Amino acid sequence: MIKKILIILFFSFNANAALEVTIAQGKVEPTPIAITQIFGADSDTARYGNTLRQIISNNLTNSGLFYTVNEDLYIQSDNLVEKVPRFEDWKLIKAQFLLSADVSKTDKGIRLRMRLYDVFNAKEIEKLQLTIPDENLIRRVGHTVSDIVYERITGETGYFDTRIVYVSEIGPLDQRVKRLAIMDQDGHIDSHQFLTDGKNMVLTPRFAPNKQLITYMEYKNNLPRVYIYNLKTGEREIVGDFPGMTFAPRFSPDSQSVVMSFSDPNNAANSEIYLMDLNTRSRSRLTNDSGIDTSPSFSPDGNKIVFNSDRGGSPQLFVMDKNGDNIKRISKGRGVYGNPVWSPRGDLIAFTKLTQGNFHIGVMDINGNNERVIVRDFALESPAWSPNGRYLIFHRQKRSNLDGTGGEVTIHFIDITGYNERVIPTPRDGSDPAWSPLL
Amino acid sequence: MLIVAGFFLASCAATNTEQGGDADAASASASSSSGGEITAGTQEDLIVNVGDRVFFEFDSSELTVDAQATLDAQAAWLMQYPDTNITVEGHADERGTREYNLALGDKRAFSVYSYLAQAGIDTNRMEYVSWGKERPEVIGSDETAYSQNRRGVTLVSN
Repeated sequence: MIKKILIILFFSFNANAALEVTIAQGKVEPTPIAITQIFGADSDTARYGNTLRQIISNNLTNSGLFYTVNEDLYIQSDNLVEKVPRFEDWKLIKAQFLLSADVSKTDKGIRLRMRLYDVFNAKEIEKLQLTIPDENLIRRVGHTVSDIVYERITGETGYFDTRIVYVSEIGPLDQRVKRLAIMDQDGHIDSHQFLTDGKNMVLTPRFAPNKQLITYMEYKNNLPRVYIYNLKTGEREIVGDFPGMTFAPRFSPDSQSVVMSFSDPNNAANSEIYLMDLNTRSRSRLTNDSGIDTSPSFSPDGNKIVFNSDRGGSPQLFVMDKNGDNIKRISKGRGVYGNPVWSPRGDLIAFTKLTQGNFHIGVMDINGNNERVIVRDFALESPAWSPNGRYLIFHRQKRSNLDGTGGEVTIHFIDITGYNERVIPTPRDGSDPAWSPLL
Repeated sequence: MLIVAGFFLASCAATNTEQGGDADAASASASSSSGGEITAGTQEDLIVNVGDRVFFEFDSSELTVDAQATLDAQAAWLMQYPDTNITVEGHADERGTREYNLALGDKRAFSVYSYLAQAGIDTNRMEYVSWGKERPEVIGSDETAYSQNRRGVTLVSN
C-alpha cells in the first residue's frame, strides 16, 4: 500500500541555506508565504494543481511555522515557473517566500514543476521537476513538495509525507468497537483506511522504523496478545508464544525486535519487560521486580529503554540499558507518570502525568530534568512524536456520564512549545495514535 | 436441581458481563423479583446467591476482607458444582494509562484466580483475563463509577 515514489526526477540547487525560522522555546511567528495558483492547461491538470496547492497550503499552515498570504492580495497572477517574479509586488503584500508551480501531461505521467523564491532577497532558492506516474500518488506528491519547502525554509526535516496509525472507536463506552485504521498525517478522508474489521478489540498500534510493519495488541479468542500487522501483505502474526498477556509493544530502532510487557502466570501475573527478537524468535527478560513494569520505549540509538514502573509505590518513569542493567528513576515531580516515549532526536522524553485530577502531557530531558507541561486536561493519553521531533500527537477524551453520553475521544496535534494545537480529523472517534517515519 | 431465589436484588440489573451478560443479568433479576426459578450452577445462580464480583481499592490488586468473603463463598459454590468452569476478568477504572491498567487488571484477575486456587479450586477449571479500562461496568467520570469498575468478575464459561 505504501508505495515509494520511484520516478521522482529531482534537481535542486543553490546551497545557500535560508534559515529564516528560528526554532527555539516559545512561540514562533509564522512566516508568510504566497502560493500562486498551480497552473494546468486542461481540466485534469487544473484539478491536480488545485489539489496539490490545497495540500501544500494546509500542510504549511498546520505546521504553525507558516501562513499563506491571502490570495486576494496577490498583485501578480502569472505562472512564475519560467518567469522571474516581480519581487516588488510580492514584497508589497509582505510575502516572505513565494511558491509557484504548474502541472502538465507527458507520455511518462503527470509533470509537476515548482519554483520557490526568497522574496526579500529576490532570488530563487529551490526548483524541482518531477513526474508522477499515477494520479493516485498526487496526495503523496503534495506532501513531498511540502516537506521540501518546509526543509528549505526552516532547515528542519519535514514530516508531511507520513502516516498515522490509530484505533478507530465507535459504540457505547462499555462495549466499544475498536479497529486499527491508518491515514495520512493530515487525516484527509481520501487517505483513510481501516485495517481490521472490529471483531476483536485492538489497542496501542505502533509503527516499525522500517515503515512496513505495525505492532499492536489484539484480543483474539479473548486472549490479549501482541501482534504484527504487515502493511504490504495485510497479514497478521502473533509475536511469540506466551502463556499470558503480552502488551505495550514497540519496535527497536532497527525494526528487528519488539520490546513489550508480558504478565507471566508463573510470576503472579506481574508485568515484566521482555525483548523479542523477531528473527531468532528468542526472548529475553529485561526487568525483574514485584512492581508493574510496562510501556517500554527505545532511545533512537537503541542503547537505552525508558519505561513505566510502580516499583517505588506509584507509577514513575525509569531508564535502563537495553539489556536491563542500570535502572534509574528519572521522573521527579509529583503525580502518577505513564506513557514515556523517547523523541526521535534523542534529547527528550514525552510522557503523561496524572496529578490534581488532571492528565498532563509533557516533555523532560532524558535524565528527567527540565520537565515542562505542554497540555493539560481531564483525560489525555498516548503521546507520539512526529518523525522530526518537533510535534506530538495524542488523544483527548471528554468526561462521560452515567446515562452513557460523553466520553468522545479525538486525536490532537501540538507543537512541543505548547502552541498550535489542532484536531486531526477522523471519521469516528480516534485514540492511541502513532506516527510513521518519513516515508 | 433448582434453587428458588428468595430475595430481590435490584442491583443485579446492573450486572453486565462480557459474554452477552446484559440479557443474563436482566433475566436473573426478573426471575428473582417475580419469585421465579434460577437454574443452579449457572451465572444467574452465582450472581444472585453468591456474588459474581469483588472490588478493589484505587491502584491496588489486593483482596479486601469483603472480597475474600465473597471469594470464599464462590469457592464453596464452585465445589458444589464441580462441572462448572470459570473465567475471571480483571478490570480497572479509567484514571490511568491504557497499558498500566492492562497490567493492573491482570494482577487483579490473578488475585482472584489464585485465591480460588488456594481455596481448592482446580486451576484446570479456571482462566483469567485482563480488560484493563476497556470494559467499564458503569459509565461515568466520577468515583461512584470508578469504584464499581475496579473489579474482578467471575464468569461461568460453560
